[in-house]
Amino acid sequence: MDSGWLLFANITVPIAAALIIMAIPSAYKQQVRWVATAAAFTMFVLSILIFAIYNYEEGGLQFDLRLTWLENVAFLGKDGISLHLAVDGISVPMVLLTGIVIFAACLISWSIEYRNKDFFILLLLLVSGVFGVFQSQDLFFFFFFYELAVLPMYLLIGVWGSSSNFGTYVRTKEYGAMKLTMFLVGGSVLVFIGIFATFVEAGQGTFDLPALGQVTYDETFQKTFYPLFMLGFGVLAGLWPFHTWSPDGHVAAPTAVSMLHAGVLMKLGAFGILRVGMSLFPEGAEFWAPALLVLGTTGALYGAISATAQRDLKYVIGYSSVSHMGFVLMGLATLNPIGVNGAVLQMFAHGVMTALFFAMVGALYDQAHVREIWTFGGIAQRMPRFVAFFAIASLSSLGLPGLAGFVAEFNIFVGLFKTYPLFGALGIAAAAITAVYILRLLSAAFFGPLNEKWAHLREMKPLETVAGAVLIVFIAFMGMWPDPFVDRISQSVLALPGIG
Amino acid sequence: MDWSLLIPEYILAGWAAMVVSLDLFWGRLRKDQLAYVAAAGALVATLVSLIWVNDNLSFGNLLQVDNYTTFFRVFFGLVAFFTCLASAQYVKDRLLHAGEYYALILLTAIGGIYMAAAKELLTAYISLELLSFSLYVLTSYAKFDLKSNEAGLKYMLLGAFSSAIFLYGMSLVYGVTKTTSFAGIAAALSGDTSEIAFALFLGIVLMIAGLGFKVAAVPFHMWTPDAYEGAPLPVTAFISAISKSAGFALFIKLFGQALLPMADDWRWIIAGLAAATMVLGNLVAIQQHNIKRLLAYSSIGQVGFMLMGIAALTPHGPSDPASALVLHLVGYVITNLAAFVCVIVYYNQTGKDEVADFGGLAERAPFLALCLTIALFSLAGMPLFAGFTTKFILFQAAAEQDLLWLSAIAVTMSFISLYYYLVIIKQMYLVEPAEKTRLPIAWLEYGVIGVLTVGVFLVGLYPQPLFDGVESATNAVFQATQAAAAAGVGP
Repeated sequence: MDSGWLLFANITVPIAAALIIMAIPSAYKQQVRWVATAAAFTMFVLSILIFAIYNYEEGGLQFDLRLTWLENVAFLGKDGISLHLAVDGISVPMVLLTGIVIFAACLISWSIEYRNKDFFILLLLLVSGVFGVFQSQDLFFFFFFYELAVLPMYLLIGVWGSSSNFGTYVRTKEYGAMKLTMFLVGGSVLVFIGIFATFVEAGQGTFDLPALGQVTYDETFQKTFYPLFMLGFGVLAGLWPFHTWSPDGHVAAPTAVSMLHAGVLMKLGAFGILRVGMSLFPEGAEFWAPALLVLGTTGALYGAISATAQRDLKYVIGYSSVSHMGFVLMGLATLNPIGVNGAVLQMFAHGVMTALFFAMVGALYDQAHVREIWTFGGIAQRMPRFVAFFAIASLSSLGLPGLAGFVAEFNIFVGLFKTYPLFGALGIAAAAITAVYILRLLSAAFFGPLNEKWAHLREMKPLETVAGAVLIVFIAFMGMWPDPFVDRISQSVLALPGIG
Repeated sequence: MDWSLLIPEYILAGWAAMVVSLDLFWGRLRKDQLAYVAAAGALVATLVSLIWVNDNLSFGNLLQVDNYTTFFRVFFGLVAFFTCLASAQYVKDRLLHAGEYYALILLTAIGGIYMAAAKELLTAYISLELLSFSLYVLTSYAKFDLKSNEAGLKYMLLGAFSSAIFLYGMSLVYGVTKTTSFAGIAAALSGDTSEIAFALFLGIVLMIAGLGFKVAAVPFHMWTPDAYEGAPLPVTAFISAISKSAGFALFIKLFGQALLPMADDWRWIIAGLAAATMVLGNLVAIQQHNIKRLLAYSSIGQVGFMLMGIAALTPHGPSDPASALVLHLVGYVITNLAAFVCVIVYYNQTGKDEVADFGGLAERAPFLALCLTIALFSLAGMPLFAGFTTKFILFQAAAEQDLLWLSAIAVTMSFISLYYYLVIIKQMYLVEPAEKTRLPIAWLEYGVIGVLTVGVFLVGLYPQPLFDGVESATNAVFQATQAAAAAGVGP
């Protein structure tokens, strides 16, 4: 189908924009912003188009595009390695999510002055990698883009990030950047080994995922190698106890990078478990599901409890991401259609919501230069629009009906109660703790009498408002009318082996 | 004998003599102009060698001019070309006797080419010595620098020792097979070898040790850090490029052709060496503070990866591991040269080569910092760049031949290597520069670094043309192997 070029454009538009920006002299900061935003808007529109055009009644892989990349390698068989792009109902919401978040992140980044040319180049490179992962149907390129998404991280955090001073100790941005990079690449080591093993075991001479999915793998092999994918991708999904990079990294990162990272990149991990681990090794997934469930639940509870103890606004959001990604992993571990459905919905819901959170925290930090919750107070009197936006993210986070978070969590919990009622109860407990820290944060920082120290704060800037509004539209859209999402996702979830 | 087959090497040798004479008789010629003359010679020889593409001719059973030879003629010609250009400023500022310097670089290339072209043991040995001796001299070329003298002496003593071991291994193999020709050895080994097993095994082990020294495999790597650190910087770059690639060119010929029938006996030794080499090289690199020593240890780690390609060779298996190895070799050499040229340019301006001295380079020379970052990411095996593509294919080729455990170690070590490369990148981008002045970079330097960086991207994003070239080169070796095996089994 010719529409495969839409997917190709999603990968190449950011690269082309990065090349154009490279050619602009660094003194022309405004032009750099315009080019980046134009590219981001293009991706935004493309993603919506892909989401809308995808025919959910037909289901399966659509927008198929195959470009041969390397041939005549004897062990690769006659097809060699090809750039095989296609999306199914699970990838489509993820592509949409990426399009939304990059557009919002780009708008937020207009305020960056220091070397903004380099910043946008790296940011666009990252997005190209993210789109690549969600759209690739070839393991070589899946992994290629997966690493590409991690590649610019170190510099993005190290150069444009911020350090946190806790009085007795300092978490520097260099520390956060190195920790994040090492954890993520370390996780991909396991994935790398898993891919080699799968290729050899399948003996098909191809990295093509649909072709590899046709093979029935030996049960012992599945049980041995599934954990590599589960843990390797799990690191990126914030799987407890390998989540520690996530709060430190997200806090150190500049706003746009936190948005993309917590909003989209963590989903790459969960998506990888689903796309590679569970669809290739159903028996392995079944065997290890209890482990994934226990780790996911621990992460959900641990993240929520840790968030309660944080004093830094951004650390609260960082730990809440760990907690919410715990829900995603719990949903995946149920292995029943409704739970997995919920997991994918949660990936989208959490992505948009956490991007909004980080955008708002960034908007506040730009003015206040601190993030200590208890030093604020009554900000709502000065920044009503800001607080309204933050409150919407908060309410979605604690699962208020009518917003995206509710739909997703409801599905996950129903799925959990079908298979593991005890863990369903624990999940609800984690959601309850979420309500505690979120509401406490709102009341302490934003409501109540105004702390005179903050009388100088102004309402957030127009671009920040636009970015927030875009995200809110999708939070509300999915909350009120989840059908377009559910239709697309459930088709493809049912088609996965071992679900049902 | 068809003497015309050796024309590219006549050109190189003649050019070397000409460069020395020019330096001697034309006093007004600037030292950097000698570099351009020498570079032109390397380029001419490279172009001339293209005449023999797809030929398969033998020079008196000593040398074979096939695609394999042509490939390495082009490869080493270009390595010499870039080394000459990269040396121009450095030699002008810091070294005496420029004529001999460039002549030695051209002669080293001849040694490397004949190591790839050799059809029999003695020719291979003599070529190896030609390469080694030129490099010994080049290493100690900074005459008044004690470190350079020490490095040259260490390199020569250990090199002589390893040559003796290699020679002894050759003599044992010759003793039991009664021939020095690779094809003859392969034929002799295809039959029943139980009677000669011990002497043969000893010979093979000694040859592995001798060649292991040349390519700097653990535990024969001890000379590398000192030689790298002491040698003049462009020479370090040159050693890291040509000594390894020529070593592996011979490795493939020797183990992919002559000794291939015995693969089951030596595969595991090489696999073990590979594991030890990549683990030690990458772990020790973490502790280095000098960028030359760091790159030395990282290059040892890379040798571990390359040895996987040899370990994955099997008598009846495909020639892929060799192709993957050469692909990785080329990618590595381009990347490493790019990294070294950046370091050389920086050193020319500042005279500093500690990692800490690179602080704030992104402010002082953005282009240099960017290209060095690209090269380092490529060495670490990150996508878009040569390192990712070539490592992926090499590791997969090894995994295909029951070496998944080795691939697993390789991936882990590759991950560890990212750490120490990031430390350099951190210095360049996250640290404030001590001085704010911009570093002036000459057009030639922009050009050399730019071309090499484009090469890094090209191998990483569009490896097909290079892979086709590599494949036809290694096929030339393996077809000869199969022919020899057929001849040996026949009668």
